[in-house]
Amino acid sequence: MKKLAQYTPFILPGLVLLFLIGLFARGLFLDPSKVESPLIGKPAPAFSLPELKQPDKRLDQGLFQGQVTLLNVWGAWCVACHEEHPVLVELAARKLLPIYGLDYHDDPQAALAMLEKDGDPYTAVLFDASGDVAIDWGVYGAPESFLVDKHGMIRDKYIGPITPEIIETRLVPMLKQLQAEP
Amino acid sequence: MRAAFAILALLYAGLALAIDSEPPFADPALQARYEQLTHEFRCLVCQDETVADSNAELAADFRRQIHGMVEAGRSEAEIRQYMVSRYGNFVLYKPPVRGSTALLWAGPFILLLLALTVVARVVRRRASAEEGSS
Repeated sequence: MKKLAQYTPFILPGLVLLFLIGLFARGLFLDPSKVESPLIGKPAPAFSLPELKQPDKRLDQGLFQGQVTLLNVWGAWCVACHEEHPVLVELAARKLLPIYGLDYHDDPQAALAMLEKDGDPYTAVLFDASGDVAIDWGVYGAPESFLVDKHGMIRDKYIGPITPEIIETRLVPMLKQLQAEP
Repeated sequence: MRAAFAILALLYAGLALAIDSEPPFADPALQARYEQLTHEFRCLVCQDETVADSNAELAADFRRQIHGMVEAGRSEAEIRQYMVSRYGNFVLYKPPVRGSTALLWAGPFILLLLALTVVARVVRRRASAEEGSS
């Protein structure tokens, strides 16, 4: 009993230390570059943008109605987008869902050249010259991708390049679930 | 040497001024509101800089948006709401006081209180030990 009493002054500092170690360990594995989007579960922000390949055609948020869609935010200036591109081309070939592009802050010639050279996974590409629509979507870097359900609601967001792992473990299961929804 | 420093200082001053490319408002009250707001938001690319201090393209876009909204007569609360609804609370450079951030705000004070209690106890124990020995 006396022995136990001897250790009591160390109990509180010990607990505090353990708590701090836990807190710092958690911080170590959090990725600060991934900021959770408050738009998940909300309707897709409204827009009206020209199509990159047919500039006199305009598209709006109505394109999300009736189908589960992936909106991929990219630019020819973005290094990580070039890295992601072949994965998107492969995904498009599987015809699981339409992929729409949101090309922002870009030179349209450079964007078209990239699609010409590396393949075009997009059903259509929205061209956002000023980046205003990107801000409406809470985009802060590229690439970013949004999974939008049949009713035009944003259901998931992938920050950074989409990888084959993300497709298999997150996108495809979620897609199946969303497609089964009424 | 001194001349070299002067030139350098001038260069840096030029650099600091060059960040914001938005035209100043004619109304000083609007200009003040704009400047205050750009200092309030975080540039999400660089994360440790405010929108006013960052050279990132995203920060320039944010400044353009904020400038437009101030010009359109939107209130500070409306502009704050606009940013938070798109980017979440993280876009606020100073986190709001909430349940989820309570520890962040109260933490340092709790730790200080804890440290003071420990010090007080040690001092008291030493004093009583000295009394006992003398």
